[in-house]
Amino acid sequence: MSGAKALVKALEREKVETIFGLPGGAIIPVYDALLDSNIRHVLVRHEQSAAHMADGYARASGKTGVCMATSGPGATNLVTGLVTGQLDSSPMVAITGQVSTPQIGLDAFQEADIISIASPATKYNHQPRSVEEIPPTVREAFFIASLGRPGPALIDLPKDVQVDTAEVEFSDKIRIRGIKPIPTPDNTQIGRVAEMLSEAEKPFILAGGGVIVANASHQLQNLAELLLAPVATSLMGKGVFPENHPLSMGMIGMHGSKEANQIIYDADVLLAIGCRFSDRTTGKLDEFCPAAKVIQIDIDSTEIGKNKCIDAAIVSDAAPALNMLNKALVKKLKHKKKTSWSKKIKEIKEISENKIENSGKELTPPKILRELRRLIPDKSIVTTEVGQNQMWASLYFKALRPRTFITSGGFGCMGYGFPAAIGAKAARPDLPVFDIAGDGSFIMTENSLATSVLEKIPVTVVILNNRMLGMVAQWQRLFFNRRYSAVQLGNVPDFVKLAESYGAQGIRVGSILEFSKAIKTSLKEEVTTVIDVPIDPEENVLPMVPVGYSLKEVIG
Amino acid sequence: MTKTYIISALVEHKPGVLYKISNMFWRRGFNIESVAIGTAEQEDLARITITIEGDEKDAEQFVGHLEKLIDVLKATRLDPKKAVIRELALVKLKAKDAKMRSDIFHYVDVFRGRIVDVSPETATVEIVGSKDKIDAFISLTKSFGLVEVARTGETALIRGPESVRLDE
Ligand SMILES: Cc1ncc(C[n+]2csc(CCOP(=O)(O)OP(=O)(O)O)c2C)c(N)n1
Ligand SMILES: [Mg+2]
Repeated sequence: MSGAKALVKALEREKVETIFGLPGGAIIPVYDALLDSNIRHVLVRHEQSAAHMADGYARASGKTGVCMATSGPGATNLVTGLVTGQLDSSPMVAITGQVSTPQIGLDAFQEADIISIASPATKYNHQPRSVEEIPPTVREAFFIASLGRPGPALIDLPKDVQVDTAEVEFSDKIRIRGIKPIPTPDNTQIGRVAEMLSEAEKPFILAGGGVIVANASHQLQNLAELLLAPVATSLMGKGVFPENHPLSMGMIGMHGSKEANQIIYDADVLLAIGCRFSDRTTGKLDEFCPAAKVIQIDIDSTEIGKNKCIDAAIVSDAAPALNMLNKALVKKLKHKKKTSWSKKIKEIKEISENKIENSGKELTPPKILRELRRLIPDKSIVTTEVGQNQMWASLYFKALRPRTFITSGGFGCMGYGFPAAIGAKAARPDLPVFDIAGDGSFIMTENSLATSVLEKIPVTVVILNNRMLGMVAQWQRLFFNRRYSAVQLGNVPDFVKLAESYGAQGIRVGSILEFSKAIKTSLKEEVTTVIDVPIDPEENVLPMVPVGYSLKEVIG
Repeated sequence: MTKTYIISALVEHKPGVLYKISNMFWRRGFNIESVAIGTAEQEDLARITITIEGDEKDAEQFVGHLEKLIDVLKATRLDPKKAVIRELALVKLKAKDAKMRSDIFHYVDVFRGRIVDVSPETATVEIVGSKDKIDAFISLTKSFGLVEVARTGETALIRGPESVRLDE
């Protein structure tokens, strides 16, 4: 069997259904072998999008996403997407072609040392030098990508190894000796944490993306209800706890809700789960909840106490840890009564929900996003781009289920949302998928319209079009005396015509009513749709906590 | 409080591993003092001894990040009181006249070093010991004229039957 065939067979054994990619000279044999396989190949127009699609596929489904590119520039184009996946702990496997082994190191045509380039961004990377090595490499890449804290893996396959033939064996055995056991919750720690939580008068839960990865949103909800503890999330945690739940406080952080950012300071015990206390979540770290006892649950021991000093820790996947905690707490808290803390939470929530917008403008981002939430089914998947659009989405679009709010949190990668939406739709064709976009970000990967249309993976892009690199402009308005530098994008392209030129549906809306109509059309017709929503370029995302300030020091 | 920590790790002995490990140091901004690496008790394993400057938290993070690398099989912080720690240094000194030579020989004697090479102008000394001992030797003999220094970096093993091995 040829190396290329062995690769494809190994991918089939991993139950890969879809690969996002774009071929080139150094990977043609693999593309040839793919013709004889049931694996679906989705052709992209830029490899960065292939990586984002694999990532979106993974986040929507929990399965490992796969992307593929040729050597050299194809491979380096994947890198942005790999780092994006790494920072948000997304399980991905990237396959790259490489020049033939005798040419490696000679600066051959389209040679890039992708293993070294991608090394800091991958949990596992390997260049098989023989056909026999291919099946175990594939097995290990998939095993490690989804193991513990998920992340990207890379297989770099020299062209001669794709062509060579050999007898190959497929086995599930993992050769790697350096795989460490997955930590399991420690009983004494569980006991101690249960004690701290049951004694807390004002418990507060902060949930991050780790709880989504662990598929533990159900357990989280049980715990919150047991403790009557309010739950806020980081950006990455959005969706893990239904944001219409009476205990939901929405998102905290730089662009968190004012109420959540205030109330977290009143907590006496803060339980952080699968959340790494990033600077965007905590604001000025020294002043983040200084009075509270802090408990951290994380599967990655290096995250424990990395940023925030803590009082107790459980190194474990969130699911078993929460199961055990719930068990330990059920007895202790059987008759937990509503306290003044519950009352306070309720009051604060009412204040925030009854806040009426007094803007006279017709199309404001909050109105648009609330309307979107109202119109689309709860289970719809929403991705975002990066910038103001992303922060508006996190503030005003209530995520109700895990894996339905997909965003580039750690890397803040413009151009992520649209290909990620396509990846998500490929994984979940049964669900409507929307990308809440900024004009600047959408332009970065807008060529994925070709993929969406031709491969029949319809998604809807809602462009909050301010003709600006809006978030940068906002910083320039607030912190640089309104001196705009390189943020005006002008009114090009015409997004409606752009969409149409790709064979997609383009709709420009001028009112909420038109917006609703456009959304309803897109829900009904299931064709790739771009909805251009012109908004005021001067609009700020507020509230905002400036960099280096505590969460209490909110602007707006 | 910053101090020096010694970390011993057992790693895959294959190309690219040192790159991946040093990549991690750089990316995470650890303050590395020295790295010593060589084949371990098994031919396909290398033992790497790393000394870092930092506080307790740095040391813990360092071990954690090392262990996250799949090419690292084991990583442990060594307690200096319970470990044998050695570094080897070759120190080439100017030694032009008899007086200089005899002075150098004297120091070499005190430090239990060895003269491993002599030329009409220089003497090369081999010193084995802790980093501090080598530092002290160099600072005392500097006045002769330091031509070249090559140091291996500290390498270490736990004292007694305890060990950092693959099978335990
Ligand atoms: C690839 C990339 N380049 C630059 C940035 C810096 N950046 C952050 S937000 C932003 C503006 C984004 O503009 P747009 O997509 O129109 O979103 P808006 O803020 O206007 O909603 C920029 C340039 C980034 N996050 N990613
Ligand atoms: Mg914009």
